[in-house]
Amino acid sequence: MSEHHAHAAGHEAGHAAVHAAPAGFVRKYIFSLDHKVIGIQYYLLALFSVFLGMFLSLLMRIQLAWPGTHIPGLGTIAPTGGAGGIMTPEMYLSLMTMHGTIMVFFVLTTAPQGGFGNYILPIQIGAADMAFPVLNMLSFWVTFLGLITLLAAFFVGAPLSGWTAYPPLSAIGEIAGPGQGTGQTLWILSLALFSGASLMGALNFIVTTIDLRTRGMKFMRMPLTCWAWFITAILALLAFSVLLAAGVLLLLDRTLGTSFFIPAGLVVNDQLLPHKGGSPLLWQHLFWFFGHPEVYIAILPGMGAVSQILSTFSRKPIFGYRAMVYALMGIGFLGFMVWGHHMFMSGMSPYSALAFSVLTTAIGVPSAIKTFNWIGTLWGANIRLTTAMLFALGFVSLFVTGGLSGLFLAQPSIDTYFQDTYFVVAHFHMIMGVAAIFGIFAGTYFWFPKMFGRMMNESWGRLHFWLTFAGVYAIFLPMHFLGVVGNPRRYSQMTEFDFLKPLSGTHVFISVAAIITITSQLIFLFNLFYSMRRGPKAPMNPWNCTTLEWTVPSPPPHDNFGGNPPPVFHGAYEYSVPDAAEDYVMQTDSRTVVAGGKH
Amino acid sequence: MATIAPPEPKRSSGSGGNEARLPPLDGYGGDDGRGGPAGLSLRRYYTGMWFALAPIVMLFTAFTSAYVVRQGLSQDWTSTDLPSIVWWNSLILLASSGAMEMARRKARGIAGRSRSGMVAWPDLSGSLRRWLLVTSVLGMGFLAGQIEAWRQLARKGIYLATNPSSSFFYLLTATHGLHLLGGVAALLAITALVARRLTPGRRTGVAVTAIYWHFMDLLWIYVLLLMTVLR
Repeated sequence: MSEHHAHAAGHEAGHAAVHAAPAGFVRKYIFSLDHKVIGIQYYLLALFSVFLGMFLSLLMRIQLAWPGTHIPGLGTIAPTGGAGGIMTPEMYLSLMTMHGTIMVFFVLTTAPQGGFGNYILPIQIGAADMAFPVLNMLSFWVTFLGLITLLAAFFVGAPLSGWTAYPPLSAIGEIAGPGQGTGQTLWILSLALFSGASLMGALNFIVTTIDLRTRGMKFMRMPLTCWAWFITAILALLAFSVLLAAGVLLLLDRTLGTSFFIPAGLVVNDQLLPHKGGSPLLWQHLFWFFGHPEVYIAILPGMGAVSQILSTFSRKPIFGYRAMVYALMGIGFLGFMVWGHHMFMSGMSPYSALAFSVLTTAIGVPSAIKTFNWIGTLWGANIRLTTAMLFALGFVSLFVTGGLSGLFLAQPSIDTYFQDTYFVVAHFHMIMGVAAIFGIFAGTYFWFPKMFGRMMNESWGRLHFWLTFAGVYAIFLPMHFLGVVGNPRRYSQMTEFDFLKPLSGTHVFISVAAIITITSQLIFLFNLFYSMRRGPKAPMNPWNCTTLEWTVPSPPPHDNFGGNPPPVFHGAYEYSVPDAAEDYVMQTDSRTVVAGGKH
Repeated sequence: MATIAPPEPKRSSGSGGNEARLPPLDGYGGDDGRGGPAGLSLRRYYTGMWFALAPIVMLFTAFTSAYVVRQGLSQDWTSTDLPSIVWWNSLILLASSGAMEMARRKARGIAGRSRSGMVAWPDLSGSLRRWLLVTSVLGMGFLAGQIEAWRQLARKGIYLATNPSSSFFYLLTATHGLHLLGGVAALLAITALVARRLTPGRRTGVAVTAIYWHFMDLLWIYVLLLMTVLR
């Protein structure tokens, strides 16, 4: 486009995009165009989802520790699967499916990117709002619709085929089991809606980051949070359309009789299916081409938040800023080339497996750079152990623990043994589940004062941290040993197998730890809602942090900077600058000269 | 009408002293309007449109890989002869791209004049509207032709689930058609807006719609090639 377009066009577009502050309740809080309100909407959606997902896991853990036990109330909430308070294996599988789907999509993809990204990114780069506010609103409400569609599956029988929905089980309909009829169709529709919403959101993030940065906010001055959201958005833009394509094919197989994924001669329940020639492996390739980048979509924003928080509370510049940026890019790039490591056991050629194995192991390099730099940031620092900092440190710990078991699973020969055991469950819960959740917690304790204008209670926060930190290790560390012994995943009870009987004590231990950990999340919930109303008023910059969101009131006004976004003079992490008045230099500080700083 | 030229930057004296200095506006890939009210720059519409094409490319890449894999792994693949009407449809779509290009140039021409403070030429604005309408009508003609192509196939007894090749024919044409339908909707919307008043934002709207429309044209050529080369 030529320059004169931009100038001549400015008035009209400015009018359209910088919307006036809304007056009515509905426009202000429900169908809001304000990125901050939309961010909180995403956050609350994820909060609801995470407690629902945890409740499902609680039911599963009770069943695993005390198989066939009577669960009070189960017969009421699940009259078919839990008749008489006893859980059927089918109900266990449906709980597992819904737990995975809710957690992966509506929590881990939603809160770090849709929630914090929406709220913080425009402010951190000095913009009044996202590039396309209406699209932003639309993406939230389509996500909401996706969640409702998924939850509707509970009422018609939830699907059994896991969050990966492998065909033929997921493709042949009612005949495959309860929930595989309408429930599975709703699951696909839900994911299609979610994919569409994620594409809209990702587009908005990318354009906002490229075009709406304030003066002086060069790419290499952006906070690492913005880099993480930006790269995550690119991953989402490329990955979710592939999931959408796979979903369309699956839906056609289910409803219109095509045979993309269903092989010929398939007999299910003594009935020969009319399909022919399809390949279940095709689904696995498409799904995991999306599925592996999805893991990074969940974890990269956490890495960004943790970098920001570690630097702030170490009162030191982040160690190796550029290396951190390139490591994020490297992880994102490699993330698209490793999907085959989910399929080592699918009969792939050993040469392909070798290539996927080498590429997977290569992700260890940028991951190690990040970990090294986080430790470098902490080294010799004057650390302030706030709750946000504790959760950031917890993130690093869990990231290392979960990452190391990934190196085992990346070896085809070792994976052959570990495939579909609790070792895999332990691995992905450590790194994709709780590490990402710790990123969300860290972000919550860090940005809460900005988002709600009040401080959270630090004592409750620390208690919450220590219970959760000890709790998740107590839950997931023993699962590695279960996996080494060969305990398979997705079984609703282990009592049928002699070699698993000695493990029942471990399952009881894990379940008790899970019950305690889940219960202690109520401390967080109480702290969150209590502090929203009763917490002490937050100052503009409670953490003495350098980035732009701390230059505006808490919470920020409708258009963030009053139509006057500040120019930026420094990189994002100028802490403990020699000769500076404070131990931090705001990005907007035009008076202080930072020797060797990022000008 | 208010002018919205961004304020002149105060440049550093070069001494590197402590006096307030605004960072330069140019030189690192952004545009002048950055950071002002979000709409100060229209560059975001272009950025947005170019990036919006990425997921469409990925969608068709995924379908293509499924096409290649599905064709390679089974014996039940029977080539579907493309209905003859798709060639006429292709000509219509190519013509629509030509019309779209005319509309885009008209829109750009008007922009150039109004910037220098002159009133936009009403005759240019009229022909812009006409070209936009021609594009929409041709687009709808293409879609009608595609539906006729489906009917031709159906008359021969070839349906979606008949064999994998026909499944992909219906899938690819339907997916492309849906995307083009979105383009037609955008065209009709922008035509209506342009008819009411031709503003700079709406000129940009014409320009980004043109990017999308040409891309749909290319995508159709790709789909045709895929289904003729890998029969």
